[in-house]
Amino acid sequence: MNNWSIILSIAKTHLLTKAKQTFIAALGVTFGIGSYITLVCFMTGLNTMLDNLMLNQTPHIHIYNEIEPSKVQPIALYEEFSQSLNVVRSIRPKLTQKKIHNAFPIIKYLNHHEQVRRALPQVKSQIFYMAGSIDIGGTLIGVNPLEEAEFFNMADYIVAGSADALNQTENGVLLGIGIAEKMALKVGDRVQVSPVNGSVFSLKIVGLYQSGIADLDAVQSFTTLKTVQRVLGEPNNYITDINVKLYDIEKAIPLAQHIEKEFQLKAIDIKTANAQFETGTTIRNLITYAVSITLLIVAGFGIYNILNMLIYEKMNDIAILKATGFSGRDVQLIFISQAMIIGLVGGVLGLLIGWGLTTLIDHVPFNTEALPTISTYPINQDPLYFIIGFLFAMFSTFLAGYFPALKAKHIDPIKIIRGQ
Amino acid sequence: MDIVLEAKHIDKYFRKPVDFHVLKAISFQIKKGEFVSIMGKSGCGKSTLLYILSTMDTDYEGQLYLNGQLVPKQNQEHLAYLRNKHIGFVFQFHYLLSEFTVLENVMLPAKKLGEFTLPQIELNALEKLKMLNIEHLANKKASQVSGGEKQRVAIARALINNPTLILGDEPTGNLDSHNAQNVFNIFKTLCTEQGLSLLIVTHDEDFAKKTDRIIEMEDGIIRS
Repeated sequence: MNNWSIILSIAKTHLLTKAKQTFIAALGVTFGIGSYITLVCFMTGLNTMLDNLMLNQTPHIHIYNEIEPSKVQPIALYEEFSQSLNVVRSIRPKLTQKKIHNAFPIIKYLNHHEQVRRALPQVKSQIFYMAGSIDIGGTLIGVNPLEEAEFFNMADYIVAGSADALNQTENGVLLGIGIAEKMALKVGDRVQVSPVNGSVFSLKIVGLYQSGIADLDAVQSFTTLKTVQRVLGEPNNYITDINVKLYDIEKAIPLAQHIEKEFQLKAIDIKTANAQFETGTTIRNLITYAVSITLLIVAGFGIYNILNMLIYEKMNDIAILKATGFSGRDVQLIFISQAMIIGLVGGVLGLLIGWGLTTLIDHVPFNTEALPTISTYPINQDPLYFIIGFLFAMFSTFLAGYFPALKAKHIDPIKIIRGQ
Repeated sequence: MDIVLEAKHIDKYFRKPVDFHVLKAISFQIKKGEFVSIMGKSGCGKSTLLYILSTMDTDYEGQLYLNGQLVPKQNQEHLAYLRNKHIGFVFQFHYLLSEFTVLENVMLPAKKLGEFTLPQIELNALEKLKMLNIEHLANKKASQVSGGEKQRVAIARALINNPTLILGDEPTGNLDSHNAQNVFNIFKTLCTEQGLSLLIVTHDEDFAKKTDRIIEMEDGIIRS
């Protein structure tokens, strides 16, 4: 213990008499750690925002009836041709109903499943928005507004009006903002829609919806299940899609496969649907880490250089210390502790600067059409990044100090003393 | 009389740049309270011998006994402890840590030894400085005192752990005659009053003549 206090006091004296060099070395670490934290917090904030843009609105599992050709053609059932090569040309898709058969029992079953947070019914239909003599093609989606708002963040994307208003208004509609602009409509106006069978309905605009994906906003509107069923002239068990949200997104693939097999429906999981999205996130993370590690390594070399120079300057001191009874190990510890002190001071300053910069960025306004829920730049101030940054600072300064210190340990005092 | 330092058949070779037999079977003893000087021409191996005796150089053949105990060649930690505890050093070029104050310089080896508490060490250090008439320099930076004073500070530092042996490598070589005389007087006093043993390498014949015994070296052997 006593030994440490001398070693630290010698290290301190060395650092203080070379205050300027120490300061510059520490500044290298500060810069490295500060930019690491800023970069990581900003990049992960951005990643989370982009993920949310996709994930919030996308169900973990989407269940619907896919229109596709039958996998088994009638000829396969005919035994006499079972040994032959059967070629059927020009296969047409099979006529199936869009409606999910027994949708409500399935939803009930899913809502009782332990991995499922919520399963919600939807009715999707192709309609035309009618403006004078012009028909604009689009989609009208019937939803359960309150539950959508609770489980699928619908409320975040309603830029005027509310989910509650939709729920309470008979024949209300949340119009896509793209359509509203095209047709010069605003909340309180009425819009006429026509399903493919030709009839015309007048719906009251109770709000505007902006998903942030312009193509979707130009076609898609929301209304209640009941309204869309009435527009289509279908009974109230007419459900075309079931959106499932899970507690754990990783379970999506096996559960989707299970649902497909059990109910003979198409079940698409989010991972399959957004595979390219995941790749983007991974690569952004990779770049973030590559850049930050480079910054820290550069800072490490700065410390290495300065300590190396310091040791050349302190050759005499090292010789005297060794001659008066300090062992090589003591000398090594003196220089390592100098590096660690630089790392500690620089690291803590870096954390403060990182925190300050990220907080600053967090308050910079950032308004974009595409992201209605975002008003400032996204920052993810996860304490984990601060801990990693600090540990990396200590680790890299230790390494940067270790090798010069090893050299100091093995300096032969006789050579120095005789060399004078 | 107790024998403080004993060298038995010490051989030393320089491998570089060419093989060279520097020290040839050196044997001698230093008794307690003896003031010995080593003289010889440049390159006769006297400094080399001193550094072997100081335990800093372990690349030799033969045995070295300090206070009757064999000095091991391997354990660097233990050798550092031996230097710290039993040997005081005075060099030609003063060799103080220039960034520390005079007092801190003197206290450093004692702090390393750790046998006393900090206030005691400080008291001891001040006492040594007082004995050498330089207590007024205590709080000055080592780089701010004159050459003769630096040498006295170095002597104070050598004395701080009350060693049994003081080794000097031309401690007066860099001083004017007045200061050299001063340093000699200090050594003499230490020898007679405190019973310290001193082994001083010197070129200064006047200095050597006043010591108890002169070891004269030539070409790696002791001539007398």
